[in-house]
Amino acid sequence: MQKNLAICVKDLGMRFNLSQERVDNLKEFIIKFLRRDLKFNEFWALKDVSFKIKKGERLGVLGLNGSGKSTLLKVVSGVLKPSAGSIETSGVIAPLLELGAGFSPEYTGRENIYLYGAVLGFTKEFLDEKIDEIVDFSGLGEFIEVPIKNYSSGMKARLGFSIATVVEPDILILDEVLSVGDKKFRRKSENKIMSMFDRGVTVLFVSHSLEQVVRLCDRAIILDSGRLVAEGPVDKVARIYKNMTE
Amino acid sequence: MNLKQYFKNFYRYKYLLIELVKKNIKLKYRRSYLGILWTMIEPLLTMMVLTVVFGTFFGNDDPQYPVYILCGRLLYSFFSSGSKAGLKAISSNASMIKKVYVPKYIYVFSAIISNFVTFLISLIVLVGVGIVLKVEPTIYLLQAIVPLVILFVFSLGCGLILSTLNVFFRDIEYIWSVATLLIMYASAIFYQPDKVINTGNGWIFDINPIFMCISNFRDAVLYGRQMNMNYCMASLAIAVVTVVVGAVLFYRKQDKFILYV
Ligand SMILES: Nc1ncnc2c1ncn2[C@@H]1O[C@H](COP(=O)(O)OP(=O)(O)OP(=O)(O)O)[C@@H](O)[C@H]1O
Ligand SMILES: [Mg+2]
Repeated sequence: MQKNLAICVKDLGMRFNLSQERVDNLKEFIIKFLRRDLKFNEFWALKDVSFKIKKGERLGVLGLNGSGKSTLLKVVSGVLKPSAGSIETSGVIAPLLELGAGFSPEYTGRENIYLYGAVLGFTKEFLDEKIDEIVDFSGLGEFIEVPIKNYSSGMKARLGFSIATVVEPDILILDEVLSVGDKKFRRKSENKIMSMFDRGVTVLFVSHSLEQVVRLCDRAIILDSGRLVAEGPVDKVARIYKNMTE
Repeated sequence: MNLKQYFKNFYRYKYLLIELVKKNIKLKYRRSYLGILWTMIEPLLTMMVLTVVFGTFFGNDDPQYPVYILCGRLLYSFFSSGSKAGLKAISSNASMIKKVYVPKYIYVFSAIISNFVTFLISLIVLVGVGIVLKVEPTIYLLQAIVPLVILFVFSLGCGLILSTLNVFFRDIEYIWSVATLLIMYASAIFYQPDKVINTGNGWIFDINPIFMCISNFRDAVLYGRQMNMNYCMASLAIAVVTVVVGAVLFYRKQDKFILYV
């Protein structure tokens, strides 16, 4: 990969198996196997997607529901392994996907900070040092000592955002996260993201708010049924997308 | 990915492993008043019940019989709860797996290790009962570590295999609970192995690594004698084969997990 690139995606394909009757027990599997009745309904959520992002660039990803945006972000952040093609990334990635998910419900907010931080690859020393900052930013106050199962979905998302953004990442992957929380938190989180932008972080950004994409990104792509149909400066792509959706 | 990278990665996720082990242990006892003490009370109570049933009613008058039971029961329950936790390790961490990339074997590892830690804590009961019933410790006590390590490896192998199968076939859980029940009766936990061997069914013990580990553990702890080397080698071989099969299976299928959990 060239030195000035942060992300290089080449001929990416992601295949899912969408059989209506999913076989998930042994008995059915054996019966169907013997009858040669196993159905595989293949479905490509991404197909032949290629693009490059330079360091410090902010790329918006546009597309209708089910066009493969979240799938693309999951593949880039390494959660999903692509069925075809390759991805190269350079530097520390902070993935902000489905913010409220992934917590342990019986654990308190504070315990979850350590657990989730460990999942993200932080060390104990780092978390000890940053714990006050995380708690502070989340604005959860004394709720931090309460099990997560008693949180509202907005509270969970706030905690998730606060943990994931405590690092100084090189690449920030945002999937509709600037629409979480109440208005106050939204402003706060947008400011935080903005300050990362100023430091030159590379961004991969998904949002259904065209206005937000135009404001925050400098380039954009459009996905349509898993294929990349447009790529270029954000204004131009936004115009194409507007025509597509109207 | 080559092996060196794998170990480097493992080091990187050491803290996550510790956190997951902590979580498993903490949450198991969080809502109970006696908390972690249950790891000791529970085997003590089952030991008493089994001693009364099999000692008094069936006329086993060996004063150290409770120690005999306890050895078997503690090792067996480590294996059964460890392999069960391993079986569920992937499906119960599904929400994490879907969000952040982490080497997935960490979840299976942590399940087995947390059960091993609670098992080690429960050994305090064995020490207590051993002292009360005047079991003399000998130099062979040191050998106790060997069957424990083998049992750990075997449980890990089972955990890797079962967790992979469980992702694709949800009924593995029920099949395995029946299987562990069978293993329990075939491990001479509350009866003497001679009784079975005398009926000509000794082969059951020759294919059962759980029994071999229990037997060697008893030799070290209770009888104070050299362990049975045949059992040692056989159980080690079975454990290593299981862990290799488990690792290969897990490694081949791990990228598919996320599509099924
Ligand atoms: N784990 C999965 N198994 C099977 N199909 C999946 C899976 N995840 C996503 N898909 C399919 O892939 C397609 C793209 O989904 P994706 O979540 O990427 O859409 P999206 O662009 O993020 O949509 P939205 O705007 O609603 O967030 C959908 O048709 C979806 O059904
Ligand atoms: Mg989406």
